[in-house]
Amino acid sequence: MTITHDLLVWFSKSFGLFYLIGLSLIVLAYAYWPANQKPFEHAANAILDDDDKPYRG
Amino acid sequence: MIGELTKSERQGALLILLALAVTGLAMAVGGSNDPLGTHGTLVMVVAIVGTFAVITGYYAPEPPESRLDSYYDTPTKFGIVAAMVWAVIAMAVGDWVAWLLAFPEWTFDAAWASFGRLRPVHTSGVIFGFGGNALIATSFYVMQRTSRARLPDQLSPWFVLFGYNLFCVIAATGYLMGVTQSKEYAEPEWYADIWLVIVWVTYFVLYLRTLNRRKEPHIYVSNWYYMAFILVVAMLHIVNNLAVPISWGSAKSYSLFAGVQDAMTEWWYGHNAVAFFLTSGFLGMMYYYMPKRAGRPIYSYRMSIISFWGITFFYMWAGSHHLHYTALPQWVQSLGMTFSVMLLVPSWVSAGNALMTLNGAWHKVRDDAVLRFMMVAAVFYGLSTFEGSFMAIRPVNALSHYTDWTVGHVHAGALGWVAMITFGAIYASVPWLWKRDGMYSAKLVEAHFWLSLAGTIIYVFAMWNSGIIQGLMWRTYNESGTLAYSFVDSLIAMHPYYIARAIGGVFFLLGAIIGFYNIWMTIRTASQAQSQAEPDYSAVGIEIPAVQPGR
Ligand code: HEM
Ligand code: HEM
Repeated sequence: MTITHDLLVWFSKSFGLFYLIGLSLIVLAYAYWPANQKPFEHAANAILDDDDKPYRG
Repeated sequence: MIGELTKSERQGALLILLALAVTGLAMAVGGSNDPLGTHGTLVMVVAIVGTFAVITGYYAPEPPESRLDSYYDTPTKFGIVAAMVWAVIAMAVGDWVAWLLAFPEWTFDAAWASFGRLRPVHTSGVIFGFGGNALIATSFYVMQRTSRARLPDQLSPWFVLFGYNLFCVIAATGYLMGVTQSKEYAEPEWYADIWLVIVWVTYFVLYLRTLNRRKEPHIYVSNWYYMAFILVVAMLHIVNNLAVPISWGSAKSYSLFAGVQDAMTEWWYGHNAVAFFLTSGFLGMMYYYMPKRAGRPIYSYRMSIISFWGITFFYMWAGSHHLHYTALPQWVQSLGMTFSVMLLVPSWVSAGNALMTLNGAWHKVRDDAVLRFMMVAAVFYGLSTFEGSFMAIRPVNALSHYTDWTVGHVHAGALGWVAMITFGAIYASVPWLWKRDGMYSAKLVEAHFWLSLAGTIIYVFAMWNSGIIQGLMWRTYNESGTLAYSFVDSLIAMHPYYIARAIGGVFFLLGAIIGFYNIWMTIRTASQAQSQAEPDYSAVGIEIPAVQPGR
């Protein structure tokens, strides 16, 4: 099968469209998921912590 | 340095160097009548020198177990110094090239000193030499801190850094000998490309291994940007450089692609090199160093994640804006144009997020040139992405393409964003790494800042003017319907701007040289202080400035 121009256009206008919409939804859901807010908050503040040593467990 | 490696790592280093020496020998013999042979000799010499260095330190005592109580920062230190060395060399070559454009006769009839050979030394030198070393060095620093984990071993970071710099040296010396595969930003030939793949995969694996040891459950956003940089650059590099050498003894190869497919592959690579080399990695740098230096968490962590995915997925499709009005199908051009315009959203979210982080810390920006470097970088990031999205619109590109406007855009991004954020990050890290209160001279940081800013503004305005004049001259018709100006007319019109740009370049270069001196002096005073035993500041009662975390 050769990949024709029309086939590529069709593919990008159908699959491509939904792929990007789907991805955007996943990303937004992840970023706004209530349970994720605490780890985000923690991560944003943890880098300001001045303890300059690796953790050894 | 060898003393920091364990016994088995020293043996590993010897094995690697041996393999490298053998490879160099094979290249030297197989390519004896070719630049490949010269590079083979270079590789072999490097490997032999390295072997001697390892052997000299081979019987030094093994590093103590207590090393695991601290981060492994020697590679970061090396990478920072290497980045500054490349900065000075490659910007000097950039300015040389700028003078050559104003006075083309200054090549003193030597092939290696021609514009076509020096220009890639500049571009590769700044992007890969300066930018790449800075990215690798800061990524080692940031991934350890944000994961609260030490690098998993002592050998692979050195392999990455030395291997990467060997690649950069092979690239630059190759251009001077005329070795190029004529793909912009991917000029090095097949053997250098293969070597970079090995180095780069090691780098990625090292990153994953460190993250795997992390204490923090959530991976801080900087790491995502750094990892996107590493992963995507690997992908781009491998695909764009698929080629068949004409023989094992020759530096020359032929690309797997031809015609418009070749052009599209190259600009898919080229644009994503902008996106993932010159943007993503440096955003990672910004998201760590800026909050740290300002002493405030990032304004919106959530937005940093959303714009990460926006940038990652939109950039992939934007490459075709480099090929407007070419044999590339119209719809592919439109696709690239659309995605480029959409890119403005995540780009401005990032720039805005950075500036909002500084909101409430403006007094620090005023007093602290290091933070000011980062602030200006965020402004130029916003500016150059706005400009890029605009230039990607087909009718605008009809005016800007082939003109100095593109070069102006490039350097608004390169000087204003990439170099400024790097200098900011380096100035922030050096005192933290070498355990000092601050840089050797705060005045010199200040001087560097103003020289950089002045140089950037002169450069960018000169090129905007020159580019728009060029573009307009090339499309002005007279009554009889023919072009009003010849090409030479436009060259004459550009001449003063080229001189202005070269002067702006001198400013920027001077700043970098001052920065290098300042860093060097900070390091030297640090080693003197250390030899007089670690000073205990809390006991002496010296107040440590709030903007100096990390001790
Ligand atoms: C002292 C500072 C600098 C000077 C004087 C300078 C000068 C130049 C000149 C004269 C050119 C060739 C333009 C042409 O062919 O018309 C150029 C190209 C380029 N430079 Fe610089 N440069 C400097 C710093 C940088 C930095 C720091 C970066 C990147 C981080 C950079 C990235 C580039 C790139 C990517 C190109 C190719 C642009 C294109 O093909 O459109 N430059 N530079
Ligand atoms: C939203 C973001 C951006 C978009 C949409 C964009 C778009 C563009 C466009 C349309 C061109 C001109 C293509 C041509 O006419 O040949 C271009 C060139 C270029 N841009 Fe950007 N740009 C963006 C951000 C950046 C940034 C942040 C940098 C970083 C330094 C950068 C570096 C470059 C380089 C190096 C070139 C020259 C490529 C060459 O021809 O050699 N761009 N960009």
